[in-house]
Amino acid sequence: MKKKTQDELLVDHNHDGVDRRGFLKCMAWAGTGALCLMNGGVLRSAGLSGISGSAARAKGELSFAQISDSHMGFNKPANQDVVATLKAAVDKINALPNPPEFLLHTGDISHLSKPEEFDAVEQILKSCVAKDVFYVPGEHDVINDDDAANYMQRFGKGATGMGWRTFEKNGVRFFGLVNVMNLKAGGLGSLGSEQLEWLGKELRPLSASTPIVVFAHIPLWSVYPEWGWGTEDSAQALGYLKRFGSVTVLNGHIHQTMQKVEGQVTFHTAASTAFPQPQPGKAEGPGPMKVPADQLKQLLGITDVNFVRGQKALAIVDPNLG
Amino acid sequence: MKSSCKCVYAVSVLAIFVAATGFLGKAPGREEATSSAATAQIKIDNFAFSPTELKVSAGTTIEWINRDDIPHTVVSDDKTTFKSKALDTDDKFSYTFTKPGTYSYFCSVHPNMTGKIIVQ
Repeated sequence: MKKKTQDELLVDHNHDGVDRRGFLKCMAWAGTGALCLMNGGVLRSAGLSGISGSAARAKGELSFAQISDSHMGFNKPANQDVVATLKAAVDKINALPNPPEFLLHTGDISHLSKPEEFDAVEQILKSCVAKDVFYVPGEHDVINDDDAANYMQRFGKGATGMGWRTFEKNGVRFFGLVNVMNLKAGGLGSLGSEQLEWLGKELRPLSASTPIVVFAHIPLWSVYPEWGWGTEDSAQALGYLKRFGSVTVLNGHIHQTMQKVEGQVTFHTAASTAFPQPQPGKAEGPGPMKVPADQLKQLLGITDVNFVRGQKALAIVDPNLG
Repeated sequence: MKSSCKCVYAVSVLAIFVAATGFLGKAPGREEATSSAATAQIKIDNFAFSPTELKVSAGTTIEWINRDDIPHTVVSDDKTTFKSKALDTDDKFSYTFTKPGTYSYFCSVHPNMTGKIIVQ
């Protein structure tokens, strides 16, 4: 074993390039806004202040931010001013050391699929430095039958089917997936055969070295099926992604940050900008979690993502609003 | 008995008989169902339908009321028999079950929330 420096974690217990003990330690730091960078299987951490001096400023970089679960229209005790907290999230984004080029919104934009709720979110996001926003719907955005069509009409430009889309930024391929339509009784999130077929077709011509980012509302891995925190048919999608050297999956829905690394795939969920939810199994149900007013903003947040060419994993940081 | 008395007697007996059967005709067991239809209530709270399973007789109207701080829907598994709009806190949805059978349903927003109505 090499001699350890302060921030390096070098023990590869399972011989798969991931230092698990170090990973867990890094995740503990991540809760305080630390940055975990993986370079060739070695995890290094840096405080937020260290980012500006890092390799993130190198040529060929890509910087974007993710927000999720704004639930515009929610007004219960857990947060009676979701407008203010969304505005605080925009302020946070605007103050990031690497200004994001665009935003991903991973759904539950509205709380009750109402037009005025969508209008309010779009209006608030206009003051963000990132002018382009790519949305995917959450289940709260398509509650009633005609809401799916209304969603497509509002956010469907450049999208196919029921709102899925793909685009490229600086050599990174993005896939916005929709897993909240046609949900069946007793089921979890669902991608459906039409979307899976589309995804397979889009991925086929790409070289394995193309960095891929997939974003969807409900987690594409099984976080907690008892609360519907998973996607039934994600295995097929993950099968298509298996051959790629760098895959990042960004989700929302669970209103807390969580991360899992499996081989070349990093799964990550963002916090909500509206209200937190309990950790899996720690409450009767996955509903809004009331916390003392002075703690609320610490449990809401945004996700800042930076890509540096040559590094396998994207650098993901979750600054909270507190 | 004189014939006029017999006549009066017969009419009296007939009158009493008609009155008696008339009275029986108004007994509760033979009343029409429309004047007091059966109803039942199901509460939605903490991401669950309560009670999860309910047995009712045909003709019962069930009213679901959402007491949760998150919107839910009430949708039959086949998505056609009954389907509510989005129910926010304190919103209600009613459906009258006229045909006997088992009706499984779920919340289309949170599909792991399921319930069952057994109509007898």
